[in-house]
Formats: sequence, C-alpha cells, structure tokens
Amino acid sequence: MEASTIIETVNLTKHYNRQTAVKDLSFKVNEGEVFGFLGPNGAGKTTTLLMLMGLSHPSGGSARVCGLDPLRKPIEVKRIAGYLPENVGFYGDLDAVQNLKYVASLNGIQTDKASEKIDELLDLVGLKQDARKKVGAFSRGMKQRLGFAEVLIKDPKLLFLDEPTIGLDPDGALRLMEFIKSLNRDRQITVLLSSHNLYQVQKISHRVGIMIHGEMVAEGTIESLAKEKFGVGQKEYSLEEIYMKYFQEV
Amino acid sequence: MQGLYAVFKKELCDHFSSYRFVILFALIAMVSFISSYMAGIHMKENLEALASTRFPFLMLFSSTGALFSMVQFVAFFGPLIGLVLAFDSINRERADGTLIKLISQPIYRDAVINGKFLAGVATITIMLIAIVLVISGLGLVIVGIVPGIEEIWRLFVYLIISIFYISFWLAVSILFSISFKSIATSALASIALWIFLSFFVSLGANVVADSIAPVDRQKEPNPEMIIKNIRIREMVSLCSPMVLYSEATQTIIDPMRKTTRSVVLMGPMEELLSSRFQNPLPLGQSILVIFPHMTALVALTLICFAISYVIFMVQEIRT
Repeated sequence: MEASTIIETVNLTKHYNRQTAVKDLSFKVNEGEVFGFLGPNGAGKTTTLLMLMGLSHPSGGSARVCGLDPLRKPIEVKRIAGYLPENVGFYGDLDAVQNLKYVASLNGIQTDKASEKIDELLDLVGLKQDARKKVGAFSRGMKQRLGFAEVLIKDPKLLFLDEPTIGLDPDGALRLMEFIKSLNRDRQITVLLSSHNLYQVQKISHRVGIMIHGEMVAEGTIESLAKEKFGVGQKEYSLEEIYMKYFQEV
Repeated sequence: MQGLYAVFKKELCDHFSSYRFVILFALIAMVSFISSYMAGIHMKENLEALASTRFPFLMLFSSTGALFSMVQFVAFFGPLIGLVLAFDSINRERADGTLIKLISQPIYRDAVINGKFLAGVATITIMLIAIVLVISGLGLVIVGIVPGIEEIWRLFVYLIISIFYISFWLAVSILFSISFKSIATSALASIALWIFLSFFVSLGANVVADSIAPVDRQKEPNPEMIIKNIRIREMVSLCSPMVLYSEATQTIIDPMRKTTRSVVLMGPMEELLSSRFQNPLPLGQSILVIFPHMTALVALTLICFAISYVIFMVQEIRT
C-alpha cells in the first residue's frame, strides 16, 4: 500500500533574533502513521510544530500540511489539524463542559451538535463524572485528557502532540500512549508525537525522526535506523540506544 | 466572523460574572446615584430660583450637590472601569496557556483582540446607559421634571463621548496587557498612566506656562502675559484625556456654556451683546464647540487600539 504524504517540509528554517531554532529541516510524514518526533529539550521540536500549525512564521523554506501552506492558509490548516501544547491551558473558573463548549463555538460547531459531541468525547477520555467540575481543581492527568477531548472536537485528520506524557505518572503515561494508538487505529488520525518517553514511542510509532540542534539527523523506521547505526536488526537494539548513539555523534 | 462572535460572547459573560466588575459597577452606580440625588434635593429646595433655567433636567448631571457632579465623577473614575476590565486580558491568557489554544483554533488571530475590545466596549456601554437611566428616573421622581427632546439628545451625545473616553482607557490597558508579560506590571503601568494623565498633567501645564510666559504677581500684572499664560496652560492640559473629556461633557451638558476656554477676549460691543442675550446654545452649536475635543478622543481611542492590534498580530506567540 502506497501511503500518501500528509506533512512535508522543505528546508524549513526559523530564527529567533540571532539564534537559529530550526535549520533547513526537511522531512515527511505519511498519512495514517504515528510519527515519533524525538530530540533533546530546545532542539526546535515545538517551534517546528508551531510552524506546521501556522502559528509561527518560518524564516525560510516551506511546509505543506495536507497540501496546504500553513503560512498562506492557516485557517484551513487549523480546521483539519489539532495541536495539543506541552502545558495545555484551560479557563480554571469554568467547568469541563464550558471549556469544551467555548472551543466548539470557536470551531463553528452548532450548540446542539456540540453538546452531543462533548458528551461523547468526555466519555471517551473518561471524564464523564467530572464534567461539571471546575477545571481549576483538575489534576494534571485529567487536564491532559481534557486537552485531548478539546483537540478531538473538530474531528481532526491530524494531531500535533507536544510532550503529551510529560509530568504524568507511569501508569497514566502508558494509558495515554495506548489512547493515542487507539485514536490512530480507530479514527485514522495521523499523529505527530513529540516525546521523551522513548520506550513508549517505540511501541506506538511507525516511524521516528530525531532532531538535534534544529536539524533532523535521522528519519525512518526504527528498524532502518538501527540498521544504519549498528548494522543489525531492530530486535536487539531499543530506540533509546539508537537515540543515544545519534546524540553522542552530534 | 464566527470566531469573533464566540470570543465576544465569552468575554462578555466573563465581564458580567466577574467580581471586579460587580464591585466597580456598584461603586460607580452608588456614587453617581448619591451625587445626583444631592443635586436633585438641592434643586427641589431652590425650585423658584431655577424657574428661569431652561434645562433643569440636565442639572441633575452637571450641578455639584455635596462634592462633585455626576459628570465630574465619571471623568475621574470612569478610566478605572476601562483599566480594570482589561489590564490582564491578554497576559493572563498567555500565562494560563489558553492563548495558544485559542489561536490554534480555526479563527483569525485578530478575532481574539477584536472580540476582547468589543466585549469591553459593550460592557461599558451597558453600564453607562444603565447609570444614566437610573439617574433620569430618580430625577423624574424627586424633582418631578420631565426631560425635553433637546435634553435627551444632549444626554445621548454625553453617553457617546463617555463611551469613547472609557474605551480609550480600555484600549490603553489592552495595550499594556499585550506588551507586559506580567499581570502586576501591566496593572501598575496602566494605573500609573491614569494618575499621570489625570492629575499631573495639569500641574505640569502650570509649570510649562509659568516658564514660557511668567506672570509677576508682585508687580503690576501685564494682561497680555496673563492671557498668554492661561492659553499655554490650557493648551498643555489638553494633553490629558480627562481634560478633553471634562471640557467636552461640561459644554454638552450645560447649554449655557458657549466655549471651552476660561478666558475670552471681547470688545465692549461683544460684551454688551453677550450680557443682553443670555440664551443657551442650540445643540448643533454646542457640538460644534466641542467637535475638536470629540475628534481627539475618538482618534486617541482608535490609535491606541491600532497599536495594540499591530503588536498583537506580529508578536511571537511563544516568548
């Protein structure tokens, strides 16, 4: 089966003042896959995601998301792509349903349709009992799940997840990863996942990219990366070992 | 448009359910209520003396009862409403991480700032109309006077000027909430600017006038110098939106005021004329007198909002 490309960047570059955050980044994500986006802190992963969402203007190069240029058509890109930032924020004095209703109205979803959808999504992320609780009283894990409900409200084709498991307990992180996998499998959502949790990424990603100092140093299936670095099959090497190898070389 | 409406609706709900709005509204309503009540009682006691007045209804707003009139009170404390409504409008969303969520929805980026500004203006409008209506009702009950059509028009113009005046301060606080990351800083900066423009500019105007056109009060005063001094002082104090606003509203509320200047040079014939014909100005003429003031206030509001708009649109979302 020939997979079509959903995200493509060509020499994408971003400077902040004099610092270069992203340098000549070129990579591809195929439709329907989970792409693990790896790299140390400050490697430019979040900047890349922001540029793909059209929230930040690239200094050079170009990007295509579902065939659209996020620089020229940000609204269209935002309609099909959901972005879950690292520290997802909510209005603490509103309850879960009110928060979701606001996002639904921003997406132009009619009120009666939105209520139905919100019920369904809260059920999906397991927050049905807390629907009328103020979000200010939510734990980190609950907020993260509410964040998922929020990005799913627009039925995205594509999800950008920025460190979704950061600060979660091991059990919560594991369940979240399984949830992401189920989204990809059941709803055919392409996922671009940035994470430090290499063990989990290895389990759910079809392909990975390793970004260091604003440059993509490796891109491909874990198997192919292992072959490239160690010359043997993936079975014997974990993603962590591959990642460390790349990291030491730079 | 749908994004703008969604933001507008949410912000309006937030304003009306927030404690700070309720407290401010209660404070302003209470004080204007009391000051007009005092004015009303005062008018009732001296009804005979007022029999010659042409516009008794407007005096509810302009006459100083115990301490200050309703018009003066709004000039002083109206800005506080604008500042308090919006000093944390953008930077709180930034700090809470909701701003990035907002703009990653399929809405134009300016919908956020336009929605916030318009919601603030709507809140101010509703608040001012409510206060003016309550005071009018009070006037009807206490003094038993019915407003004429011209008085209603004058109150309408007064409302429009007041809305722009308070919206100017709303725009200032939005500007500060965009440019300062910390909420405390933006609150402090907007209050500092309010104090400076409202209280210190008139002091500064005195200093400037005295240094350019010194008036020696010991010796025989030179009338030309005195007038020059006053002119300079008036010109400098026009830098303050509060002065602009007070002059404009006092002229519109009091039809007997024919100019915003305190000293008018008149020849003997003009003096005779003006003392013989003590008639109020028609509304159109009153508006003409304060037209520069109104234009300046509207321009200030728009410029201030335009600056915030531009900064917000080009700002990196992640800093």
